[in-house]
Amino acid sequence: MSMAVNLPPVRPQTDHKRPGLLRRIVAEYGQECVVLAAIMLLFVVVTLVNPRFVNANNLVTIFSGNAYIAVAAIGMAMVIMTGNIDVSVGALIGVLATVAGTLAVSGYPIWFALVAPIFVGMAVNTVIGVLVAYAKIPSIVVTLGALSILRGGLISVTGGTWISDLPPDFLIAQKRLLGLPVPFLFMIVLTIAAFLWMRYSAFGRSIYAIGGNPEAAVATGIPVERRLVSVFAIHGAFAGVAAILFATQLQVIQSTVPPNLELTIITATVIGGVSILGGSGTVIGSTLATILFATIGSALIFINVSAYWLRAVIGLLILATVLADMLRRHRRT
Amino acid sequence: MNLRSLIRHETFLALLLVLVLVVLSWQSDRFFTVSNLLNQGRLMTEIGLIAIAMTFVIATGGIDLSVGSILGLVAILLGVFWQNVGMPLPMAIVAAIAAGTLAGFMNGFIITRFRVPPLIATLATLALYRGLAEGISQARSVRGYPDWFYVLGQGQVLGVPTQLWILFAAAIIAAIILAYTRWGRTVYAIGSNEVASRFSGLSVEKTKLALYTASGFAASLAAVIFVSRVSTTRSDMGTGIELDAITAVVLGGTSIFGGRGTILGTIIGLCLIQALKNGLSLAGVKGDGTIMLIGAVLILAILVSNIFGRSGSR
Repeated sequence: MSMAVNLPPVRPQTDHKRPGLLRRIVAEYGQECVVLAAIMLLFVVVTLVNPRFVNANNLVTIFSGNAYIAVAAIGMAMVIMTGNIDVSVGALIGVLATVAGTLAVSGYPIWFALVAPIFVGMAVNTVIGVLVAYAKIPSIVVTLGALSILRGGLISVTGGTWISDLPPDFLIAQKRLLGLPVPFLFMIVLTIAAFLWMRYSAFGRSIYAIGGNPEAAVATGIPVERRLVSVFAIHGAFAGVAAILFATQLQVIQSTVPPNLELTIITATVIGGVSILGGSGTVIGSTLATILFATIGSALIFINVSAYWLRAVIGLLILATVLADMLRRHRRT
Repeated sequence: MNLRSLIRHETFLALLLVLVLVVLSWQSDRFFTVSNLLNQGRLMTEIGLIAIAMTFVIATGGIDLSVGSILGLVAILLGVFWQNVGMPLPMAIVAAIAAGTLAGFMNGFIITRFRVPPLIATLATLALYRGLAEGISQARSVRGYPDWFYVLGQGQVLGVPTQLWILFAAAIIAAIILAYTRWGRTVYAIGSNEVASRFSGLSVEKTKLALYTASGFAASLAAVIFVSRVSTTRSDMGTGIELDAITAVVLGGTSIFGGRGTILGTIIGLCLIQALKNGLSLAGVKGDGTIMLIGAVLILAILVSNIFGRSGSR
């Protein structure tokens, strides 16, 4: 238990001097640093065991193959920071991928097929947001219902058929820009943009405020209900982008929802340091956590661990990260 | 605790159930037959056992997402203990259930000892336990159990499916514990105000530890029944069953924030879901359309209950 004895500080207080930049970063972004260190450690160890780990193909797999999860985790991070949760996003991504693919093969312009999922995602999540913010139904209940509706709807409309013969221009996730894979660029640009927006804009700050203390947020004049709906809508837009990256990375779109995708996204967000109680964390953490998962998956293959143990290793790692985070927090308080 | 709103939700739900039963039996003459209803009870048992334990967990304001993975793990262990380790089947069953209960205890330990929020703790063990199941099974399936074992999942006692008796017994015992014992009241107290409960001298941590352990036990029992019903063991068994169970519990009027909920509500919610699944499939609606409808019913039921009972969301 957290029965910490309040010992006097060992070092003399240095209030007059700001601590060094590195120390401030570690203090403020502890969880992000832990995840980053884990990624680097894995890279070093696995490369020592098997130098082929750092070949170009494998790096693309690690940094680009899971980029859509990182993009979806950005929106999820915002939702979780407000103290809510969304368990329907995996189903939504499945639906939006099918929407994009269907539009692309039925003769609509490519740009339309690529943009439509973003707006459909926003529309769906606006409804969810309204139910959460105004009808006051807990988000886990609304999204649990939405999960069933979206998943059931997808399979009953498509009948589980695959979409193939996609036009080559549609497959943007397979293209490169400036020599780098497009999904990787999307992940980096969106993560940095979202990070800066959440840190410096009034709207972004209000997301933290709502999650940290909803009553105080109301008292300071933040329109909490409207903001909640907006956050869900933005989350829907990110799900749209994620769906496009997901839909265009292969030659076919399987009209099924990737199993447990929502749990992977939520886990990445939480491992990245976003507090499930709301109010803290960054999207840099969630993106790093996604890269960490991909690194672990790839590392296991390169050090010849059976793929069947992959989930167990990831599970163990998640548990270790969560416990470390809790212990760190208890020590601080 | 607002008793009136509580009664209201369950009354509303029971009326909905009656309405659904009437409409469905009108739609298909194969629905309202004894054999069909008993068979549906058979299919309901695994989710039902998990949902009963989940009612307690959610009533304390917690959640257990790992039950589906525990189910998968116990199913695999049952097969491995019996076929690969060479234990006699009864011993393998007991050992597998003990392992699953231990998995539940682990959840409780992480939640109470390290103060990890239940959603996160069980999300992590969801991945861990399913991963262990996959790793241990190496994608093999175990079949060819002795005949007596199938009595549990496929046989009948006094004309009623065996497992339905277990569900009945579990529901009645759980309902009595939750409504009439000191321990049951503690569950509500924790869900209403955990800090106040702790200061009132209630053993919050012990109660929670016991509940997550019980949830693991319920999932293990469900696993054995599941294996017996489908005659085989696979590592992906029970995937997503946590969402079905939570849907039944929340539909049954248990507040996701804790402090409110009854076993009766959960059972009605469970019956409603199963009746919809079965009735619609008999009426020619595909299974996926049914999933959609269950999602819509869940949201609508809570919405209506929020509008009528003012204390709905809390």
